[in-house]
Amino acid sequence: MKKNIRNGASFRSGSTLCNARGRVYTSCGTPVFCYAATRCGDMKSEHFQINIPLNPFYPDLFSNFVHLITGEGQVNIPFYMTVLVFVSIVLLGAICAGIIGSLSGLGGGIVVIPLLTIVLGVDIHYAIGAALVSVIATSSGSAAAYVKEGITNMRLGMFLEIATTAGAVAGALISTSAPSSSIAVLFGCALIFSAGNSLRKKEEKVVTDSSTLAKKLKLPSHYPLTKDKEISYGTKNVIGGFSMMGLAGMLSGMLGIGSGAFKVIAMDTIMKIPFKVSTTTSNFMMGVTALASCVIYVQKGYIVPDICLPVMIGVLVGAMIGSKILIATDPKKLRVLFAFIIFFLAANMIYNGIKGNI
Amino acid sequence: MQLTDRMMQKIVGNVLRYGVRTVLSVGILGGVIFLIEHANETVDYSNFVEKDQHIFTVVDQIFIGVGDLDGRSIIYLAILILFFTPLLRLLLSLISFILEKDSLYIAITILVLLIICLSVYSGFAH
Repeated sequence: MKKNIRNGASFRSGSTLCNARGRVYTSCGTPVFCYAATRCGDMKSEHFQINIPLNPFYPDLFSNFVHLITGEGQVNIPFYMTVLVFVSIVLLGAICAGIIGSLSGLGGGIVVIPLLTIVLGVDIHYAIGAALVSVIATSSGSAAAYVKEGITNMRLGMFLEIATTAGAVAGALISTSAPSSSIAVLFGCALIFSAGNSLRKKEEKVVTDSSTLAKKLKLPSHYPLTKDKEISYGTKNVIGGFSMMGLAGMLSGMLGIGSGAFKVIAMDTIMKIPFKVSTTTSNFMMGVTALASCVIYVQKGYIVPDICLPVMIGVLVGAMIGSKILIATDPKKLRVLFAFIIFFLAANMIYNGIKGNI
Repeated sequence: MQLTDRMMQKIVGNVLRYGVRTVLSVGILGGVIFLIEHANETVDYSNFVEKDQHIFTVVDQIFIGVGDLDGRSIIYLAILILFFTPLLRLLLSLISFILEKDSLYIAITILVLLIICLSVYSGFAH
């Protein structure tokens, strides 16, 4: 693996940056706390290990940044990223991911996976686990508001959850045996699809008639438009929507994403449910869908608390900031910008997946 | 029926909201303890080590860890509470469908719960 090339590599002492307090600085400005650095003075001709994940954007540039310190001769410091540095970077990154996720309408989990895998060199399985935990948190947080407003169609959600949970279990089981690189490529493709879909024009169309199966399942419902005005809507093509939901659930379980884009397509495009109801119901379903695959993730060791916590808090905070920005600005222009950022991340994931870097 | 639907929506909304708040407070507490204990240790998550533990074993270990005030276990406890919010939401929906005597949706909810239980068995030991 590329990111581990530098493991165990020894460096000649270049520019000396170690200070008396025992800190080691890389030229990119990040203080890397180095537990052996207090021995600065007596470090001579031992080998030291570098375990900073290399940034694949500039692998050589980055490794050039890693200068070490000493007096004369070679230096030997066990040189890893510490928990504090790692957690801080993940937290900040997850806040950005949460903001991008809520402004682009894709959710923070989908942005946090490239951050963890490409920038920090975390294995994609751990990244998936952390992202899915954050998906449950954000969906529960925002679903709370929608459910109270009465826009969510709880019956529809419950019925379609049969498909999404079954798909999620299948997807999570597939991901345990799938190699990281192929998951990365598939993730990139799902990301591109979702980004493209977020740019699609949405028209609020309401159909009034329903298919017989939909009526039997009591799926047609109504949602409040204003305080005393309600809109009734019908539901069509239940089987088509149900199958698409199975696929959405499978992607969610395999890739650790909420796969909201796929869920909304199932409801809005196939079943002809109004867009507002589709998005809120999709959000409502995410928690239960994610739960089905999370149970498998826990048993397979995907869930690492020290990655999950900063990701979860960061994405939640980012989503809150994002919703404030959404109120203050016109989201249309922002969406195009963020769709491009996400497209770039996706291309990067696919490229690194094919090259086997992930 | 309309009335119970509305009430249900309120209760479910509250469960989701307070669930997330509880998770955050427990998680932050665990995170602080974890950082105090382990801030200067090193991390390496570049290689995935697959585990094969039953969820009850994991939960057992977490509770033992929480008893010892281990930061990681407290964070994990918060994650488990997070998992309980959608589960609780499912159980509440089941209750509301039972109150409405809607046998079709009672069956559907039970089916969803069964699939989640199935994931416990399919994920472990194969």
